[in-house]
Amino acid sequence: MFSFVAKRLLGAVPTLFVIITIAFFMIRLAPGGPFDSERAVPPEIQANLNKVYHLDQPLVGQYWLYLKSVLGGNFGPSFSYKDYSVTELIWNGFPVSMELGLTAVFLAVLIGGSLGTLAALRQNRPADYTIMTAAMTGITIPNFVMAPLLTLVLGVYLRLLPVGGWGNGHEIQYKILPIVALALPQIAYVSRLTRGSMIEVLRSNFIRTARAKGLSEWLTVTRHAARAAFLPVVSYLGPACAGIITGSVVIEQIFSIPGIGRYFIQGALNRDYTLVMGVVIFYGVLIILFNLIVDVLYGVLDPKLAHR
Amino acid sequence: MFRTRAVLGFGMAMALLTSTATVALAQTLADSQVLRIGNGSEPQTLDPQISENVQDSHIERDLYEGLVVIDKDGKVAPGQAESWTVSPDGITYTFKLRPNLKWSDGTPLTAEDFVYSWQRSVDPATGSKYSFLFYPIKNAEDIANARNKDIKSLGVRAVDPQTFEVTLKAPTGYFLKLIGHARFLPVNKASITKYGNQFTRPGNLVTNGAFMLKEWTPQSRIVVVKNPNYWDAANVKLSEVDYYPIENQNEELKRYRAGELDVTNEVPSDQVDFIRKDLPGELKIVPYLGSYYMGFNLEQPPFKNNLKLRQALSMVVDREAIVSKITKTGEQPAYSWVPPGIAGYQPQYVEWKDLSMPERIAKAKELYKEAGYGPDHPLNLEIMYNTSENHKKIMIAIAAMMKQALGVNVTLVNQEFKVFLETRKEKKATQLFRAGWIADYSDPNTFAELLQSDAGLNDMGYNNPEYDKLVKTAAITVDPEKRVQMLEEAEKLIVHDLPMMPIYDYVNKRLIKPYVTGFDMNTLGYFYSKNVSIAKH
Repeated sequence: MFSFVAKRLLGAVPTLFVIITIAFFMIRLAPGGPFDSERAVPPEIQANLNKVYHLDQPLVGQYWLYLKSVLGGNFGPSFSYKDYSVTELIWNGFPVSMELGLTAVFLAVLIGGSLGTLAALRQNRPADYTIMTAAMTGITIPNFVMAPLLTLVLGVYLRLLPVGGWGNGHEIQYKILPIVALALPQIAYVSRLTRGSMIEVLRSNFIRTARAKGLSEWLTVTRHAARAAFLPVVSYLGPACAGIITGSVVIEQIFSIPGIGRYFIQGALNRDYTLVMGVVIFYGVLIILFNLIVDVLYGVLDPKLAHR
Repeated sequence: MFRTRAVLGFGMAMALLTSTATVALAQTLADSQVLRIGNGSEPQTLDPQISENVQDSHIERDLYEGLVVIDKDGKVAPGQAESWTVSPDGITYTFKLRPNLKWSDGTPLTAEDFVYSWQRSVDPATGSKYSFLFYPIKNAEDIANARNKDIKSLGVRAVDPQTFEVTLKAPTGYFLKLIGHARFLPVNKASITKYGNQFTRPGNLVTNGAFMLKEWTPQSRIVVVKNPNYWDAANVKLSEVDYYPIENQNEELKRYRAGELDVTNEVPSDQVDFIRKDLPGELKIVPYLGSYYMGFNLEQPPFKNNLKLRQALSMVVDREAIVSKITKTGEQPAYSWVPPGIAGYQPQYVEWKDLSMPERIAKAKELYKEAGYGPDHPLNLEIMYNTSENHKKIMIAIAAMMKQALGVNVTLVNQEFKVFLETRKEKKATQLFRAGWIADYSDPNTFAELLQSDAGLNDMGYNNPEYDKLVKTAAITVDPEKRVQMLEEAEKLIVHDLPMMPIYDYVNKRLIKPYVTGFDMNTLGYFYSKNVSIAKH
């Protein structure tokens, strides 16, 4: 297992290198620069700014400078948020995005998994239809519709919960709406996935054998079926985790949450080269890590798939 | 940066359009004096010499105070300087600072602090995008362009701890208005020396304004609290101001309705009818010195050397319909380049301003024909704008007006903002394009200088030596009346040559809770939280 993890991590190095290189040159290809605005500055001042930020050097030179800087653990200063370094912005935003995302994933697994299992066990009965109808609704209503609806009803009309912001980071009332809005489609998706997988597993020979041996339905499901039925859910969760944590951009925008997702959009629009690069590298690392975790979990859930 | 106007009849019109959030009554103050303001995008920096955004400046004007302030009527008023004198030749300005001024850490603030801050502004190493605002000062331009490496040769000096002297390159009629801009605010040398580029962090930032920084959580909020060392602290009612960066106007409106904000940064145009009906008295609209206009590319066909075509197109745009049906928040139809609202200046209007729409269209048809176009040979025109729902609606309307009146075939092209700016600057692919300008200071010069042949924002490629000469001469003319006269002459050239067509003049619009008093915006969009209080409610 150790060598498997070590190999995968080593294999990630060239991947990251490619990501950095492509992202670096792609963002530079976009027309417009970080200092362009409706108020055009005199060319001498533009030259000055370019010098301060090393943009006066050839692109390849800038690339080497950047690589060296990243290897030294420094993502450079942000062009748009001038009082912060990119590293600071990421480390400020990441805990918020992670808390938001992981809570949503946890809820998705817990609630979605339970509902999916229940629907599978009550297949083609009212409970199954109700859950699957709700799940389909959850999948089809996108975040950017659900979130405003929730804020309108619970925040604006009923004034039960704040409609935006993150408070001081410890007040739970600020977290409820964004987490629910982020988790709902995931709950729906996981429940559908679990149902399908569980139905298939429950029809398999080893379950029939377990039942034939007189094992109770509860033990059959929890001890034998669940492990196998959750495999597709786990493989879904890898990219989903990375996607939810890093990609809750819409939710972060709608609820004005100081997470990392907003920086990506803002960075790209502002041509904030260093910020975009920092976030891209960070996303890259996260996706690699989550995929690795999924592979390891696979081995735990199904020893036949364990990597040696 | 950009902005707008007022004038005869305008004041009255605005009064009708504007529902001001007023609290009559002798005030009983609320127990909690905390103001929560929506502030648009996340501030780029709280370093006044580096920042460039309107949003940054709002916070900076609470944290720092300059030599002068621009008051609610748009007039220059004493700030850290209690008085000033100007030499007869208009070159030397001597400011007398208030006695016993202090920084928020209790250390004395002297004229040397202004010397340091202004020198820092023009120092190329600082990387200030706005150092050109300092160009009227002796040697500033050469220092900013690194032609002169001696920063100390900038025309500023501390005569004594309480006397700050500025020597200009040439007389500059608008100099006092100019230094009301946030880029002229002072910074604390000791804290910059100690903390370097981290000097703006809570705990490190030392300021001289009515408030000081307590908390800054990026993308979440900025909290400033009352500065007990401010010279006028006794009259500051608020104990705290919380700024929330909320870019989406609809989200901001929701937070306002949910009671989480006392003042919004903006108002979504598509919600104005709802707001007027459901939040009566809370919408405050004031003139904003800024112009929304369409630029003609004068370096390429079809507009190169084709004044008649430019006139024809400009005449058929029904500005009244645009402001009443699309923008809907009190914007004023524009027929001049400089918006009304600048004291002592009379904007120059296009001569057909008072014609009715049918009359304009009839005249435009003649001009269109004289320009070589007609039903058999219609103009095929590309209108370019940056991606935005509001711009799109306006562009569609303009295209329809041109099609209907003249039969022009318009293609709309939208580009992402930075791409659009680049395209515009190149002056190759553009024909007619959207643009906007908000004044840096309340003087016609901020508009006039933009259309000089060598100006950075002159994406129209307007080049009229007579105009350049008038604007340059006006800039160094001491006699205020003559100066204004020259700028008016210059604007006459603009409305004649039509390098652009003004569409409307901006307004500043915010929702303000009825219990918030003293939140007065001037035509530059400035407000000072030191004047605000929260009434019992």
